Amino acid sequence: MSELAITVIGRDRPGIVADVAEVLAGLGANLTDSTMTRLRGHFAMTLICVGPAAAEVEAALTPLAADGQLLATVRAVTPDGTATPAGEPYVLAVHGADRMGIVAAMTRVIAEAGGNVTDLSTRLAGTLYVVVAEVDLPTGRADELAGRLARTAADLGVGVSLRPADPDLL
Amino acid sequence: MSAEPYVGLGGWTPADLGVPGEVRRVVCAPEPVLSRSGPEVDPTAEETLRLAADLVATMRVSPGCVGLAAPQVGVEAQVFAVDVTGHPKAVTVHGTFVLCNARVVEASRWKPGREGCMSVPDLTGDVKRASRLVVEGALPGSGTPVRLVTDGFEARALQHEIDHCAGLLFLDRVAGAHAVYQRKVYL
Repeated sequence: MSELAITVIGRDRPGIVADVAEVLAGLGANLTDSTMTRLRGHFAMTLICVGPAAAEVEAALTPLAADGQLLATVRAVTPDGTATPAGEPYVLAVHGADRMGIVAAMTRVIAEAGGNVTDLSTRLAGTLYVVVAEVDLPTGRADELAGRLARTAADLGVGVSLRPADPDLL
Repeated sequence: MSAEPYVGLGGWTPADLGVPGEVRRVVCAPEPVLSRSGPEVDPTAEETLRLAADLVATMRVSPGCVGLAAPQVGVEAQVFAVDVTGHPKAVTVHGTFVLCNARVVEASRWKPGREGCMSVPDLTGDVKRASRLVVEGALPGSGTPVRLVTDGFEARALQHEIDHCAGLLFLDRVAGAHAVYQRKVYL
């Protein structure tokens, strides 16, 4: 059995998830972690599954992409288990007038401090650009990092906030 | 020493402002004024009365609007109007009121909820807010210091408006990377 990283993206229509999942189930490929969402009219699936060889899965998905509306990729990846939780979880929110390089500049600040982005989404609504990221920060670095993020945000003309992620468990 | 604040609004209504409000244009993000912390105001000043009346008038003509803060009409100032009357999620309701220089003095029982904002018309977000809240501020006109004890939806609205006065949007407090949504229903 191999662990596979699969992406499928294409113009949204009813049935994309069913079509892809059916192919995978037919091959005995078991879906593990995935995200599937609609992005400005395109449907994007990113998933990890455990199953047969990558080439076999890729061949089975090819008919779905035949009309040119869907793009599917399959790649074998090394199963490395769960990532070690590092540092303290924070939520970073950035919003302001849309311009080039907001995500690049803000995530570079996080990366240079040794922080790790674990989840990120962006939205463009009119001229308003919103980035919300969940980040793991090295212990004790949040205050210093908040200052650096604020300076970078000021250069970009956007607002930023960095808050501890809600640790509540039900 | 300032006097001990009066608990409740003491019968205050927008009519006490004595000036008719004008409907103002509501500004939307990314307008910079929405990200600036507003200064405290003199609650007895003529311009504060006019601003208060304008906020009430603008709130009243805006469908589904339960609160409006000065930055949303382009004014950097710690003034906002709230009215959650008739809202299905409201428990304690103080009617229509305006507060100046308001601050949260007690907050507890934090609960998540979905928020929207007239200044962020296309998005909503999940935000945790205190559902038990004590707020102190001053009434426009008399400048009477008041203390409001509230809960539920009115508490949420107050925290949202106090945030506006500090240059914060609900976007600054969303719970996580998947807690911002494209708005599906417009009121």
